[in-house]
Amino acid sequence: MTVPHHAHLTYPRIAASGDRAIVIELSDRISEETNMRVVALADDLESNPIAGIVETVPTYRSLLVSYDPLVVRGRDLSALLLERLSGIAIDGRRGRRLVVPVIYGGDVGLDLTEMAEMKEMSVAELIAAHGSADYRVYMIGFAPGFAYLGGLPEKLHTPRLAVPRQRIEASAIGIGGKQASINSVPGPSGWRFIGRTPIKVFDPARSDAFLLKAGDHVRFRAIEKDEAAALDAAVASGAPHIEWEDA
Amino acid sequence: MTTLTVKQAGPMMSVQDLGRTGFVRMGVSASGPMDGVAMRIANRLVGNGDNDALIEFSNVGGQFEVDEPVLFAVTGGAVSVTIDGGRVDCWASHMLAPGQVLRIGALTSAVWGYIAFSGGIETEPVLGARSTHLRSAIGGLDGRRLAPGDVLPLGATPETVLAGPQKVLRTPLHRFAGPIRVIKGPQAGHFDKAAWQQFLRGPFTVSGSRDRMAQVLEGQEIVAAGGHDIVSDGTVMGSIQVPASGRPIILMAERQTAGGYPKIATVASVDLPRLAQALTGSQIRFKLVTQEQAEDLWIAHTLALDEVLAGLDQAPDAAMFEGGRS
Repeated sequence: MTVPHHAHLTYPRIAASGDRAIVIELSDRISEETNMRVVALADDLESNPIAGIVETVPTYRSLLVSYDPLVVRGRDLSALLLERLSGIAIDGRRGRRLVVPVIYGGDVGLDLTEMAEMKEMSVAELIAAHGSADYRVYMIGFAPGFAYLGGLPEKLHTPRLAVPRQRIEASAIGIGGKQASINSVPGPSGWRFIGRTPIKVFDPARSDAFLLKAGDHVRFRAIEKDEAAALDAAVASGAPHIEWEDA
Repeated sequence: MTTLTVKQAGPMMSVQDLGRTGFVRMGVSASGPMDGVAMRIANRLVGNGDNDALIEFSNVGGQFEVDEPVLFAVTGGAVSVTIDGGRVDCWASHMLAPGQVLRIGALTSAVWGYIAFSGGIETEPVLGARSTHLRSAIGGLDGRRLAPGDVLPLGATPETVLAGPQKVLRTPLHRFAGPIRVIKGPQAGHFDKAAWQQFLRGPFTVSGSRDRMAQVLEGQEIVAAGGHDIVSDGTVMGSIQVPASGRPIILMAERQTAGGYPKIATVASVDLPRLAQALTGSQIRFKLVTQEQAEDLWIAHTLALDEVLAGLDQAPDAAMFEGGRS
């Protein structure tokens, strides 16, 4: 492996993402602290906007800022963003945590048994491990409302499939590499799936179409068939109970 | 309410307005037109606002009917347009009356065509816009492509618009014919000097692997010395990703909002419509410009387009001009 070409880079770093967006990178790796600063900067820009910013996109370790060059030029905006970042403090608040009910296994959780065998644990042990962790939403992206969840216990880390499956249902509970996920829309995926949740993290018909945002926390809670059926019915009637707790 | 009925539909036809803003952080890219210039001209030709929803199609048009008189205009590229079999011009407004059949053939010089109807298509907005986002299955008509039998609601056409003179795009669209201009980065440093030379030398062929999400280029493989995986970060329309295959993928209107491939460069906004309209199999080359130069190009382009659009509203002059010539 060659030495990365960018090894000399120092952070924070501003890079052009074309002529209508810039990226402010805080690091080249994933850490909770870095992500907290990214989210804090995005929040700060939302509550105290800079003229010309169209929208911001918080990701693991960088913030994409799109702008209108007819209002502000990239060079000026870069300087303003670096200045703004220098004043950002992380307050240590952990925000809210979504409790996601999961019915493990079944048609959607088609990899549960095989994963347990692979990990040399019982299905119950795997479920307990998955449900014991506190996950952080590092970013939303790839698909509408799709949360990249960090915090998967190391013993559950599993490489993605070599050949992605053509269609995985929305609400499928997945594991890909070091990350956990809740599928938000149906689509192809190379992740492994161990269950499904009756709740919808993305529902365009709902007034709050997206349940999660970057910086939120998530916990999984195992449920049985009866509770899943009751929750399915509540979701179908448009009145599901969404359970939040302090993170 | 006026309705538009789709009698026949090409394989890739959808409702689009200028797109969504504010939901990229929620994983929903803007969507909107692949060629925003042709889209805006179509709307203005029929007296619509820039953000009114219209039909976008790739390659093949379709057949349409209305139940009340409306104006329509077809833009994007050269294409056969007929009303009850009688040929009419594209890049111009025409009246379509109930009982008449509008038929739009195949684009010959472009990939993306636009059909605007006066009053605009008034499907229910989703997340603040009418643009269809196929991947997210939202917007437009049930978040999907249009199909024969679909009925779309149209806004009212003011009497003054219907009775007004025909509008024609007098000056043909001049599109810069040189290389596609790009801005370095954001992961320019993942690529060594040799990769950069190869990227800027090209040429690349626009492959058939293309849709509203992305287009793949064929050419000599580009190797990222810094690796083909990065910690996933945000993307824009025009981001040029280089996955391990070494074949650049340019993200387009319905892109995924984040990606884990290094992005060598980003297409200048001013050249995005031209890139979208590049025929499959055609060759393109890239040329570096600075972010500041690209901003200048975009600002000049925006002002020039505003002038072209304002010119379309001066229809009486256009009619006089045309009349004086004949």
